[in-house]
Amino acid sequence: MYPENYRYTKEHEWVHVENGVATIGITFHAQKELGDIVYVEVPKVGTHVEQGKTFAVVESVKAASDIFAPVSGEVVEANDTLAATPELINAEPHTGGWIAKIKLSVPEEVKALLSAVDYQAFAGTQD
Amino acid sequence: MTPSSLQKTALNSVHRELGAKMVDFGGWDMPVEYSGLVEEHRAVRERVGLFDVSHMGELEIHGPRALELVQKVTVNDASKLAIGQAQYSALLYDHGGFVDDILVHKVTPEHYFLCVNASNQDKDFAHISTLNTVNATVENAGPRFAQLAIQGPLAKDVLGKITNTNLAHVKRYHFVDGEVCGETARFARTGYTGEDGWEIYVAPEHAERIWRAVMAAGKEQGILPCGLGARNTLRMEAAMPLYGHEITASISPWEAGLDWIVKLEKGDFVGRDALLQQKAAGITRYLTGFEMTSRGIGRDGYEIQIGGVGAGWVTSGGPSPTLNKNIGMCFLPAASGTAGKAPGQTIDVMVRSRGVSAVTVPLPFYKRAK
Repeated sequence: MYPENYRYTKEHEWVHVENGVATIGITFHAQKELGDIVYVEVPKVGTHVEQGKTFAVVESVKAASDIFAPVSGEVVEANDTLAATPELINAEPHTGGWIAKIKLSVPEEVKALLSAVDYQAFAGTQD
Repeated sequence: MTPSSLQKTALNSVHRELGAKMVDFGGWDMPVEYSGLVEEHRAVRERVGLFDVSHMGELEIHGPRALELVQKVTVNDASKLAIGQAQYSALLYDHGGFVDDILVHKVTPEHYFLCVNASNQDKDFAHISTLNTVNATVENAGPRFAQLAIQGPLAKDVLGKITNTNLAHVKRYHFVDGEVCGETARFARTGYTGEDGWEIYVAPEHAERIWRAVMAAGKEQGILPCGLGARNTLRMEAAMPLYGHEITASISPWEAGLDWIVKLEKGDFVGRDALLQQKAAGITRYLTGFEMTSRGIGRDGYEIQIGGVGAGWVTSGGPSPTLNKNIGMCFLPAASGTAGKAPGQTIDVMVRSRGVSAVTVPLPFYKRAK
């Protein structure tokens, strides 16, 4: 369910770091909780985001949910395909439904995030 | 509120068994969705859906002068009701704001059955009791009823399989007492979805058996259990007001576009003087529909601006699964001229401090084919 090479937050985001760049999305559990996703506001390339601050918004039919940056850094790419196909987050939360890529400014932030096993245990207790 | 302190309907364990996503809805532990809001919404528009709406309140008014009390506390004219007829109405305060919106059912000339909003039932009961100077018996009967709503174009076909009660002659906004699964039930051809359908009042102890019977009977029709999420998008498309959103203690029926339920000529009722005054003075705001014309979704409570100036607020807003548009209802100042009455006015819905353009449209957004 949850890729072992990703890291996770208690706010239900995932982080996949390659060469100092973190790809970020929301977890299977998060999209399931939100339901049918109909709109995604991705961050602008070039903006600096800070860990714990809102950097994207995901909206389901029911509600708008702030997505908090799991790490700090500069947005180097955003998933523009979500504008036309926001439902990708429901279909492929851990792959095609990624939200943005952030060049890490504080790489050690990643170490404090949850492992797949720990996240699975955490998300499981939320159900 | 912790889950254990929430009120539960008689169908709580059924929802959990079905894997519903449960939420705290005004102090009630209620299903917001089962298989998915959009799928449930479509089931009701195209086929049939089943809702547990047992959280809704019921008030019973009995007595030789029951009608006098009903006439005094409601805005619509209950004297026009035939036995077996239901009427959309409202309870107002003296100042003309809403206590609640309700359905009045005439059971006999000395017995009226009121369906009221879940979170308002105690308030409504107290309000009516205070005004009861005619020695009527007013009962807060919520605990004696579970309520199932079977809604959608195929609702009648499903219901026909599990009841011998003749429903064929029951028109919209009428009801009949009968039996389902061998138990006493009140079948009202009413609903909160904009579709044809039925609201069935039964004793809570039989609710689970009847729920299962409806689900089994509706299998062939593709029935889905539906949560409060779909109930909200369905009623929003049909522009049916929701207490706390389109109607509140500080909104009048004129402002909410509910002129059609106010019968000034019926004689005195609570709030009438205030309504007469407001009618003479003219209202300062209207409820209107809007459609987003730029990318963004207007949500409940968002500010509306016109030309960069605050003008109103969104009462209910979100995506419309039927129309595939982002829609909503909002209050706009009457002084902005065309608002509410004439569609086509450009407005800005403030989405996360940014104006996103929208255009006013007439209500309702959706009307079923007759």
